[in-house]
Formats: sequence, C-alpha cells, structure tokens
Amino acid sequence: MAGVNASKHLDNPFKRNWLITGLWALVAVYLIYSVQTMGLSWTRFSEGLGHAGQLFDRMFPPNFERWELLLSGLAESLEIAIIASVTGIFLSLFLGLFAARNLMPSWVTIPMRGLIALCRTFHPVIIAILFVKSVGFGALAGILTLVVASIGFIAKLFAEAIEEISLKQVEAIRATGAGFVSLILFSVMPQVFSRFIGFSTYQLDSNLRNSTMVGIVGAGGLGGTLFSAFQRFDYDFVAAILITIIALIMFGEFLSNIVRRIFR
Amino acid sequence: MTAATDISNAPNALKILGLQKEYIPGKPILKGINIEINTPGIIAIIGPSGTGKSTLLRCINRLIEPTAGEIIFHQSNLCLAKGRQLRQLRRHVGMVFQEYNLVERLSVIENVLTGRLGYMSAWQAWRRKFSQDDIDMAFQLLEAVGLTEHANKRADSLSGGQRQRVGIARAVMQDPHILLADEPTSSLDPKTAVEIMELLEKFAEEKNIPTLVNIHDVNLARRFAKRMIGMSDGIVVYDGAPEGITDDHLKQIYGGESWLV
Repeated sequence: MAGVNASKHLDNPFKRNWLITGLWALVAVYLIYSVQTMGLSWTRFSEGLGHAGQLFDRMFPPNFERWELLLSGLAESLEIAIIASVTGIFLSLFLGLFAARNLMPSWVTIPMRGLIALCRTFHPVIIAILFVKSVGFGALAGILTLVVASIGFIAKLFAEAIEEISLKQVEAIRATGAGFVSLILFSVMPQVFSRFIGFSTYQLDSNLRNSTMVGIVGAGGLGGTLFSAFQRFDYDFVAAILITIIALIMFGEFLSNIVRRIFR
Repeated sequence: MTAATDISNAPNALKILGLQKEYIPGKPILKGINIEINTPGIIAIIGPSGTGKSTLLRCINRLIEPTAGEIIFHQSNLCLAKGRQLRQLRRHVGMVFQEYNLVERLSVIENVLTGRLGYMSAWQAWRRKFSQDDIDMAFQLLEAVGLTEHANKRADSLSGGQRQRVGIARAVMQDPHILLADEPTSSLDPKTAVEIMELLEKFAEEKNIPTLVNIHDVNLARRFAKRMIGMSDGIVVYDGAPEGITDDHLKQIYGGESWLV
C-alpha cells in the first residue's frame, strides 16, 4: 500500500510478554529449589524402588484365607456407600433447589450456598476424623462423612444445573396457575432430570471409593480391615483387600452404567 | 349503567384501569392503560417493538408485577391478588407464547395436560394423577389442533407451527375465560401464521373466549380481529373496529410512512 512507510517496521502482534516469561522462569526456579530442599535424588528413588520390590514379593500370592472378615468389611463398606448416597442425594435435591439463584430469593440462596461451601471445605478424611471423635467409632461416622461429602459435591452441581434451565418453560407453567411444587415438578425437573441422574451415579461411584477409605480413621468398612492388616504386616492379606476394593469399584462402575442407560 | 355492571360481572370480562409499569423508576413503559374487554373473539393489539405490548399481557396474568393501576377480573383486582387467589385467577387466563414455551422434554400430550396443573394439588401433581376427564379432554384438544398422531412424541421434536398448536391446546386446556397470545405468529412462516390465527379464532368463537393477541403484522391483525387496539409509546392511541384504522393512525402508531405501501 502506497500510504505505508516502507522503512518503518510494524510490530508483530504476537509480542513476547516479559511478565509471563518471567513468571514461567520463577516456577522453574522454585521447582528446582523444592526438589533440592527435599533431598530428592536418583539414588533415593532407586533405593525406594528396592523396598517396593520387597513389599510386592510379600504381597503375592494374595491370601484370601480370612475371607469372612473380608466379606463383612466389604458388606459394611457397601452399606455405608449406599445409605450415604441415598441420603446425600435426597438432601442435595432440596439444598440444590434452595441454592438456585434463578428460582429463590437471595436471603435463601446465600445461607444455602454457604452451607454447601462448608460441606466442600474439608477433605473427607478430616470430616471422618471429626465424626469419629463426635459420634464414636463405626459405620455411623462413615455414613455421616459421606453424606456431608455428597452434599458438598452434588448439591452444588444440582444448583448449577437448575440455574442453567430455560425460564420460558417455567414461565409457561406458572401462567397455568400451577403452585410452586407443581411448577418444580413439571417445568424444572424435566429439564434437569437426566443431568441429576448423571451426577448421582457419579456420586455413588465416588462414595463407594471413599467408603473403603473412611475405615482407616475408624469410621467403619473395609478400610479398617485394611489398616489393621498393614499394621500387622499381613501384606498378603493387604493384597487380597486391595483386589476386593478393585472389584467393588468396577462393580460400581458397571452399576452406574446400567442406571445411566435406563434414564437416558 | 346497570347494563355496564352486568357486563363486568360476566366471567370473561376484563377491565384494565390506569395500568402503569416502570422497570426503571421514573421511566414508565406503560403509561396508564385503560381497556375494557367483554366480548369473545380476537382483539388484536398492534404497535412497534418495545412499546409495552408484551408487558401489558404479562401484567394481566401477573408474570410481571404492575407498578400501578387496577385489573378487574372475576370481580377482584388481579393486581392485589396473592398466593392461592392469584393462582386461581391465573388458571382462568390462558397464555400462548411467541416461542411456544413448551416443556421440551415432556411429550406432546403431557404438555397439553400441564394446562390442568392449576386445578391440582401438589400431591396429585407429584403422582401425575390427572383425572380421566382431563385426559379425555387433552386428547380431544389434540385432535382439534390436528396433532393426534404426535401425542407421544417429545415436544422438542415438533416443528414451530406444530409446537404453537400444542401451546394453544395447553392454554385452552386451562378452561380459560380469557386468552392472551403474545406474538403467537412472529416465529412462524406466513402460511403457518395464518393457520395459527385461524386456530385461535376457532377456539375464541367455539368457547366464547375473548382473545387478546399481540401482533405486529397489521394485515394479519385486520384479517382476524374483531377489534383493534393500537399502542404507541406506552399508551393506547386507537381502540375500535379494524375497519376504522387509517393510515394516519398507523403513522401515529409506528411512526414514519415509507413502510405503508
């Protein structure tokens, strides 16, 4: 173009951003510093691998001799997961609805969102310890832990799903003179139901996994059996428990696939 | 005077007095609307976009809260109704929407049946306990709008014209004493638009329902309306027979004249 001065170079729009380059350099430096202060080295790593080899030797073959103990732990874990999932999902339906900002006034949603956020704040291990200390050892503490964990996770997702619905459909049902409950049942639920099923099966999956963990801090289930086997160095029994947990999780996956297929 | 009182006591009489609506304080969109409705048939409300036609209809069934004024229906002021009383008045006011507003994941017949929700308790709604009469009526209405073979399809699988027919069936299912239609033809092609207007006219006459239709197509309005209300800038500037509306009125309502060919 005639108007452009040929001797003047125009800037490349993809400029190097020195701030971002600097930040990356900082991350790299911190990473090297951290590795050094923790004394991580190749020799330490290969030494560790040797230990792992010994452990694996002692784990095989897995020992299923105490299968009755294993089975009762498994049953308890399964019960904890199912009870906690049903209760947690049921409560989350209401909490999620009351936390949806498009349907509820802010004086309802703000406390609800606070409650849900509180349920999400702590890792299940910490909640499990708190419940073991407050309600005592056993399955009840595990159930309460997973109920809280379920609420923290799916009540939030439920609320978000409800906030994304089309309000036109809600408006139309409201115009028929329907009351609040009918409004929810016939204009909100049809729009979110399949997503709710998705979230719920995911939560069941996650509760199954976590139900084997809460036992480690004394809140019932297979985790307790696992922990004591570790402490007695019964590594072949540990292997048996781990295999059982894998089977349990795969069974859960299978179950949630079926549920999802039914409700698609 | 006594005659006028008699008319306003009829179940399908509607009287709007000094209706005002401000979304932003000090900037009214409806500036004192007075309309009296008591005869069945299509009453077309014409006017440019943004002049408050939609707001007016939504004030009548209180999907939008009016700022001031009265709406007398069933001898009570709709503007003051609350809770159960509001819902009971609402169920006699059917509404048809521009974008149909069907519950997309429910089937066609289920959508028609939702018109009865205002008559059911929450417990009945939870158990999907529609009465046999309601179910029979829903299928009859579906036949009347020509969608019998689509009854069990999901609403979102229908075409625009078909969806609007479902929307009309749902509104008539409410046993309405008055029908509101907010731009019912604006999302449709000209041929389908005429069919939808014919359907609204048919129900208005068969069931003796005054039907308020927001519409911006003047010719379509003239063709079907028994009465036309012209709105401009938040006030009613014409209210009378369709034959009485002149180019001067239209210029006043829409502004300019280059579009009047």
